[in-house]
Amino acid sequence: MNDMSRPIVKLNSVEKNFGAVRALDGVDLDILPGECLGLVGHNGAGKSTLMNILAGIQTPTSGILDFGDGGTSTNHNVSEARRQGIRCVFQELSLCPNLTVTENARIQHPGIKGWNWRARARELILGHLDEIFPNHGISADDLVGDLSIAKRQMVEIARAFSIVDSDIRLVILDEPTSSLDATIADQLMAHVRRFTGAGGSCVLISHLLEEILTTSDRIIVMRDGDVVDSRPAQDFSRQTLVETMGSVAKDLHEFDQNTDSKRSEETPYLSIYPTEAHRGISLNAHKGEIVGLAGLSGHGQTDTLVRIYDRRKQYGIEMAFVAGDRQSDGVFPLWTIGQNISISSIRNLLNLGLLDLKREHELAEEWRDKIAIRTPDVNHNILSLSGGNQQKALFARAFGSPADTILMDDPMRGVDIGTKQEVYEMIRAEAATGRTFIWYTTEMDELKHCDHVYVFRNGQIAADLSSQELTEQKVLHASFEEAS
Amino acid sequence: MTHSALMKLSEKPWLWAFIGATCVWIATIIFTGGQGAGEILSAALSFGTFSVIVGIGQMYVITLGPGNVDLSIPATMTFAGVVSMKIIDSQNSMILTGLLIALACGAAVGVFNYGLIRLLRIPPIIATLSSSFLVQSSAIAYGRGLKIKPPPLLADFSTTKILGVPLLAICVMPLAAFMGLVLHRTVYGKSVLAIGQNPRAAKLAGVRVDFIRFATYVLSAVLAGFCGYVLSGFSGGASLNMGAEYLLASIAVVVIGGTSVAGGYSNLPGLWGASLFMFLLVTMLNTFGLSAGVRLILTGAIIVGVIVLAGGRKN
Repeated sequence: MNDMSRPIVKLNSVEKNFGAVRALDGVDLDILPGECLGLVGHNGAGKSTLMNILAGIQTPTSGILDFGDGGTSTNHNVSEARRQGIRCVFQELSLCPNLTVTENARIQHPGIKGWNWRARARELILGHLDEIFPNHGISADDLVGDLSIAKRQMVEIARAFSIVDSDIRLVILDEPTSSLDATIADQLMAHVRRFTGAGGSCVLISHLLEEILTTSDRIIVMRDGDVVDSRPAQDFSRQTLVETMGSVAKDLHEFDQNTDSKRSEETPYLSIYPTEAHRGISLNAHKGEIVGLAGLSGHGQTDTLVRIYDRRKQYGIEMAFVAGDRQSDGVFPLWTIGQNISISSIRNLLNLGLLDLKREHELAEEWRDKIAIRTPDVNHNILSLSGGNQQKALFARAFGSPADTILMDDPMRGVDIGTKQEVYEMIRAEAATGRTFIWYTTEMDELKHCDHVYVFRNGQIAADLSSQELTEQKVLHASFEEAS
Repeated sequence: MTHSALMKLSEKPWLWAFIGATCVWIATIIFTGGQGAGEILSAALSFGTFSVIVGIGQMYVITLGPGNVDLSIPATMTFAGVVSMKIIDSQNSMILTGLLIALACGAAVGVFNYGLIRLLRIPPIIATLSSSFLVQSSAIAYGRGLKIKPPPLLADFSTTKILGVPLLAICVMPLAAFMGLVLHRTVYGKSVLAIGQNPRAAKLAGVRVDFIRFATYVLSAVLAGFCGYVLSGFSGGASLNMGAEYLLASIAVVVIGGTSVAGGYSNLPGLWGASLFMFLLVTMLNTFGLSAGVRLILTGAIIVGVIVLAGGRKN
């Protein structure tokens, strides 16, 4: 291996402009061998852009990437990055949905060839899946498109850590746990520690600060395209990290004086069984309530939300949906930010049957300000936004619509902590005016904002907890009960 | 700078169709020494109008996204033409009834197409192709191959020119403009565009996906019915192969006009440019006096060339 003190890559005043937008403003950064580098910052702070440059996907406008071995590349590209042993797991997953897990593993490793490639690719990917995520429940012959987003993410991660002919020196994990539940996220973090313990390096981007604080050796904070702080992880606390990022940390306990359950003997506003075949406990929502759906990911929460949405006519309730898997369920890639926001409100923006463009623009502007979407112009294409800001546009779409019930499918993926707090407050305020929320989340902290929580297991409701009864132990217990 | 100028151009892919049409027209009149320049243009507008009518429907269908295409347009045109001409029986008094019958024939085919697609889950390309056999056979059975003259008033209407501009083109232009407005400014049009980009996201954004797709296949067939009716008036009656050339034409004008085959993005002005281009291209090659084989090869090559140029739209 290399000299342990020499950085595997050295970035020198790297800048990147997208037209008039300055995404990176002269970043200097060293990544050392055997180091887990935590990277935090606001949505649009430039984290993903920086990683895209390291991975060779984007070329810096100016600046130098120095890989030590004389490979100072001014025209760094994807194959060069792979040669340098850099692998990435991006927020927007890069698997081909129409191919099996095995075939996807083969795509990244041209080294696997010859008559027996399928067996070797299968062995490679299953080996890594077993190593990182024991009991993952994924078959190598599953079509990727049929897997839940959590399982797709697991395959993507296992693939990034798999070695065929070239060594891996640096693995970039951009929001790797955003769709994973806590248990699987812990497995991944343990693997990251093992990997860096063996001399590999990792860059870990996450909005879950606990994860960053416990897993990283060093943490760098980005703000507005620049690195504003870099310290060993133990020198940071959750509080100082949030302050450095530039948002004021709100104490969660502020919300703890939870309203008494709004439930009384009155009939629920909406009621559904997750599976018609085995009824069991039903999911009920009352007007103005925030109902949380918990449990391990992929246990029927998303399906239940979609079924509720499909029955909105039957219930006679106007509903809006905030997608968590924004690529496949949310974003219209050819449209502007404004058009993406207004699509669920068009009926209210009509003037003599025609869409009133001025009012459409006003709606978009209003929500850009309310939810702080980072863009100079809502007429720019939606894909010009960073992942977290695209997610904000999806919130704006639902909140700005006339719907009186809002369904949210683990919607905080890639959203920074400052915005999360604002959205939590918005949800509370809207619920107080009588809007109902049904909210699937993989984050325990978010359940504390709910009036009532249903824990899912195997497509059914395993526990029905009011906010007074809610504890982390109860949720975990209900999620795993049948494992024994 | 040239960069921003290029950007602006690439945002208007329909421009290529008009540029192509203009080049071909100029090449033709250079060859003829300026003779017949106006007549060629006038004829192109006459014939191009029919392509535009069916092109609008096809454009809406293609905008619904990958796999969506209406191959039953030629058969629907024939069917609507044959049925309406037979019922009108060359009487001026029946013109309006005949029009309604032609539109109803189209609507019936559209409902049938979507029934195959939705209820029997047959891919649109197969569903519309197979339904076109049924529809074409119905036309043959009903019309028994007789060509019935259109009522004189309809024939006059579809062939009259005002200062060289066909009356029909003058009537279809507002229709096309209206359909462009529908696409970008109404709930229906926005829904079509949303479904074409991402049907699942469209459903979760509150778009009535099934209803919109149904309406779009019916729209395409109704426009085909209308086209069959006016084309019967134009060409002295309904013949059994009158729709044949509109299978390729309806798709080609959509694609050349700058509509994305991948769906979600379409372009109405481009239909006019592309329709003129298609007619002028054939005229040019005929004027050059090339042999049939060379003509076909060049037609194919030039269409591919224009699509490559116009299709430079990147995400």
